[in-house]
Amino acid sequence: MAEITVTVNGRTHTENVEPRLLLSDFIRHRLGLTGTHVGCEHGVCGSCTVLIDGRAARSCLTLAIQVEGREVSTVESLASADELHPLQKSFQENFALQCGFCTPGILMAACDFVDRRADPSREEIAEMLSGHLCRCTGYVSIIEAIYEFSRNSSGLEGS
Amino acid sequence: MKPAPFEYERPGTVDQAVKILAQSTGGKVLAGGQSLIPLLNLRLSFPEVLVDINRIPNLYHIAEDEGVVRVGALVRQSTFGDSSLVQSKVPLAAQCVSHVGHYVTRNQGTVAGSLAHSDSRGELPVALVALGGRVRVVSEEGQREIEAADLFVTDFTTSMSETEILVESSWPVLGPEWGFAFSEFALRHGDYALGMIAVAIHVHDGVVDQATIVAGSVADRPLILEEASRQVLGRPLDEHVFSSSREAAVAAVNPADDIHATGEYKRHLIGVLVDRALRSAWKDSTGGING
Amino acid sequence: MIGSASPPTWVGSPVGRVEDDALLRGKGRFLDDYEPVPGIWHAAVVRSPFAHARIEMIDTSAALDLPGVACVATGEEIASVTRPLPAVVETEVEHFAAAKSLVRYVGEPVAVVVARDRYLAEDAAALVMVDYEPLEPVLDLEEGLVVSDRQFSYGDPDGAMEAAHVVVKGRYSFPRWTGSPMETFVTIADWDHSNGSLTAWANFQGPFTLHAVAAAALGLSGSGLRLITPGDSGGSFGVKAAVANAVVLMGAVSRLAGLPVKWVEDRVEHLSASSSSTGRITDLEAGFSVDGELVALRYDVIEDVGAYLRAPEPATLYRMHGSLGGAYRVPNIAARNRVVLTNRVPTSLNRGFGGPQLYFALESAMANAAGRLGIDRVQLARRNLIASDSFPYTTPTGAVYDSGDYERCLDDVLETIGYNDRVAAQTTARAEGRLVGIGMACVVEPSVSNMGYISLAETPEQRAAGLPKSGNSEGATISMSPSAGVVVELSTTPQGQGHKTVAAQIVADQLGLSPADIDVVADLDTHTSAWTISSGNYSSRFSGIGTAAIHKAGRILAERIRRIAADDLECATEDVVLKDGRASVIGSPDASVSLRRIAGRAHWNPESLPDGLEAGLRVTTYASAPNLEPADAHDRIASSAAHGFVVDVAVVEVDRDTGSVEILAYASTHDAGTLLNPRLVEGQIHGGFAHGVGVALMERLVYDDDGNPKTTTFMDYLCITAPEVPDLKSSHIETPSPFTTLGAKGLGEGNTMSAPVVIANAVRDAVGVDELELPLTAPRVWALMEQA
Repeated sequence: MAEITVTVNGRTHTENVEPRLLLSDFIRHRLGLTGTHVGCEHGVCGSCTVLIDGRAARSCLTLAIQVEGREVSTVESLASADELHPLQKSFQENFALQCGFCTPGILMAACDFVDRRADPSREEIAEMLSGHLCRCTGYVSIIEAIYEFSRNSSGLEGS
Repeated sequence: MKPAPFEYERPGTVDQAVKILAQSTGGKVLAGGQSLIPLLNLRLSFPEVLVDINRIPNLYHIAEDEGVVRVGALVRQSTFGDSSLVQSKVPLAAQCVSHVGHYVTRNQGTVAGSLAHSDSRGELPVALVALGGRVRVVSEEGQREIEAADLFVTDFTTSMSETEILVESSWPVLGPEWGFAFSEFALRHGDYALGMIAVAIHVHDGVVDQATIVAGSVADRPLILEEASRQVLGRPLDEHVFSSSREAAVAAVNPADDIHATGEYKRHLIGVLVDRALRSAWKDSTGGING
Repeated sequence: MIGSASPPTWVGSPVGRVEDDALLRGKGRFLDDYEPVPGIWHAAVVRSPFAHARIEMIDTSAALDLPGVACVATGEEIASVTRPLPAVVETEVEHFAAAKSLVRYVGEPVAVVVARDRYLAEDAAALVMVDYEPLEPVLDLEEGLVVSDRQFSYGDPDGAMEAAHVVVKGRYSFPRWTGSPMETFVTIADWDHSNGSLTAWANFQGPFTLHAVAAAALGLSGSGLRLITPGDSGGSFGVKAAVANAVVLMGAVSRLAGLPVKWVEDRVEHLSASSSSTGRITDLEAGFSVDGELVALRYDVIEDVGAYLRAPEPATLYRMHGSLGGAYRVPNIAARNRVVLTNRVPTSLNRGFGGPQLYFALESAMANAAGRLGIDRVQLARRNLIASDSFPYTTPTGAVYDSGDYERCLDDVLETIGYNDRVAAQTTARAEGRLVGIGMACVVEPSVSNMGYISLAETPEQRAAGLPKSGNSEGATISMSPSAGVVVELSTTPQGQGHKTVAAQIVADQLGLSPADIDVVADLDTHTSAWTISSGNYSSRFSGIGTAAIHKAGRILAERIRRIAADDLECATEDVVLKDGRASVIGSPDASVSLRRIAGRAHWNPESLPDGLEAGLRVTTYASAPNLEPADAHDRIASSAAHGFVVDVAVVEVDRDTGSVEILAYASTHDAGTLLNPRLVEGQIHGGFAHGVGVALMERLVYDDDGNPKTTTFMDYLCITAPEVPDLKSSHIETPSPFTTLGAKGLGEGNTMSAPVVIANAVRDAVGVDELELPLTAPRVWALMEQA
């Protein structure tokens, strides 16, 4: 057991963890932030994606002990009490989710992606999404939601 | 699907790290973790100690130095691929890194980790061999350099000892008369390729005078296609050359069947990829001359 | 609703999903998020590494010695507190929730460890020592143990086949694959020793027939098994029907351990040991007259259901029985259905559920026949499609096709894809040496299953001895609180389809409210919810019968409200309209009373209610399809209540060098009756399409010669990803079903049925072969070209 201090969604937590505890399990079962989902635990499905110091990462391929001193953001950090984040709104308007299990991971990856790629094409978005499995939507609505968000957010920055 | 127990160490220097490795039996270096942690979760790997090197500060560099781009052990694949230095000086590497895993895994996965993992289906080992690069490894005994062609022994085995850490890879900066191409074929975007080819050719006075063609995914390590490379020397590339090099490549590989493809298919595929990569590298180099 | 103005009716409008806000915030409540009882322990399952072996010895001592381990239950111990799972057709192979002495597939449970957390449980599972004596596995379908062998004959198939001008024969193999939902199986079991009952939380998609199966296996009366399903479920596509087994397994383990136990399946377990589609070999003969009229079909089917015939199998085989003739008016049909056991994971529901297998054979035969007859594929289809004036159309096998205009759909899809231009472009491309192919298929998509179809696995004589079965109903409850809050309780266990949104649309129309005013509860509890033997989410039930139950409950509640309002307003009930939260008199909008006041009266002052009205405002009711009956003595069965139609055309190009298949264009025209929410419809269609393209091009569960599953991670099982999904042009014709309340039919499975064969037909056309197997990965297509 080792003590770690980590900031998750702006709140600092100090917890004792076994070295082998996965960050995904730490977030879900220790902190109770169950919006981060676990779909494969081998890094392919992308459901567990969170931001670590602003970069998207698989929380199932990260040990909790590794994020000592880091800042982690999960899907719960996106919306305010009153309002969804514009990316979430774009998902809603584009019907880009069905069961919603893969959605949190995709939202977090898309936050990182759109932040770093100005005006991505639909093909580039699809390529990014190849690291996320969704069995419900057939992806087209997700691509559209991210595409629209990227256009609107770059428009906002330009104004 | 949870890892078996292990000890965890987080050294702050390379010296500390190699000391821990030397003292442990069955220690493993944890860098990006994108290959190692799946193996832990699947309980296919049981290290006694994980040596997390991510907090060692001086392993994050990408810098040009004496004709090579030096890449520290903690440089992420995404940083590497996005680096304008890498894009301009080592275009082959920049080209192939977009095939490594997926957007999110490239954020964490390291260049050095891909090399040290020595997966015969890895893109970066193939590119490093094609460019004639090398790695620097450190242990308690000191440090040494290993040529890329000598690093990869077989699947998941390098010529490094268990107590050595790969601290830097060096990617040769080749001049404007060089042409490069990386070509691979996978069933889905980001999958392990069924075959891949990296080509580096040097063109002087309209004639190829140096060439390296390396195949991945068809043997237990990156395979330099000597004869296929020889076929392109001493002449401008034309249909005849493409086809003789392609035939030599097919003759040189003997890949095994797997659930996705027969060895016969993968052999055929190597020919296709050699053809495509050579055309592209030729265009790249002659375009360079003309442009 | 995107936009603010109210539409004339909420039903039919592109209303935004009421599910989304919580899911987007990460506030969905999936079962692994639940801790419904205190002190939950965690299970890990020890599984067989052999496809067929005798268990010689199990040593659990090392596992039990590990601190934090409460219990290790062996298969034998589990069997001591359970009974074999009841099967649709009794076989000599007893199926316990865990193997007792013989393992029959890789991944079969042999013991379960219960520990403080999952990490410890896996540590302990690794310490359970099992000695096996390996036995020879059976993997070849033709050598499998036949557990059901039935022959059917409708019309005069022998005579018609003999008289046929051309008989097209072919063998069509369909691979095992899986919808593999992103959320794996989860079960929490809490055995109550005080009264010998089980409360189980499971991300199941029932209860339907499998509640009874699970209860029987646990030795419980129906009320002894309380099954609770959370409102959020991370997809299923049929696969989670197999969660019922986990309820039995974990129920038994909770009983043995004396602890509440939670089990979260991991992905390797899911891909190797949860469930699968059936694998099927179909030998099909299709007889045609000289001018291309389809006169007879003869099917000889071998269905691989895996190591055990697990209920509701062989439903995959019989779900489509009414539609053996597909979209064609073929009068003579023969079928022999053999169900065989092999040493692979047992099968169960999977998107398309028998449709992909059936249409792969039938529509491949149609494509090959077009070539043999020298008739254009479109003309051949047109010649045989059931005419629009013949609905409702009774098929030879007993289905009643409710409505449709198949030719109009065909015309529509040809126009959408620009068929004539595509054919011209193909000619040009071929002249350039390119391998461009065009494929099409016509698919009848059944929805709202008749639970009686499964009994076709029995002979009419066997059936006659039992209870006649035609269960298909659904239940719903709607209540209005004293302050006029409206709650709809579903029994349709949605898994992402948007049932809550559609329910809110329906009830909003009925009560004159907005969907945002309606709370919909999708959590199901078999002790409190309105359910029946068919309740749940499978075979596209919701749009046909789930909505019927909601609509009926809403109608009854609205009627009650209007009666109270009429009493208040001193007018006739018929003159009361519900709009904008008020009940008013037609033509005199000033004469009105708020719903709040009406609800208050029903709850606060029941004595004052008009005669015959009871206190409160809560309606529970059931709806049943009007056209479903048990199978008759001639093995005819109306296997489903509604039948949509899907016609697709695809244009592909095959890369000569690599064999890779690129889909250049894909168009699909649906007739799913009335569309309840066009945006949800598009979502279902694109999702079903992606699954269909997946199985056409990459998705397959692979086993080696020893029966080891080789696709046990997402690195090996190739779920289709975003870059591989082609553009889909979809359009709709609406011929409302006369048999469903809202005229709607199921539509989420059609493209999973059609796309595999459409793409196969296009590849056939491109490379010039008749015989091929799915999935059409580049290496396999290249091998086809090498053979050709």
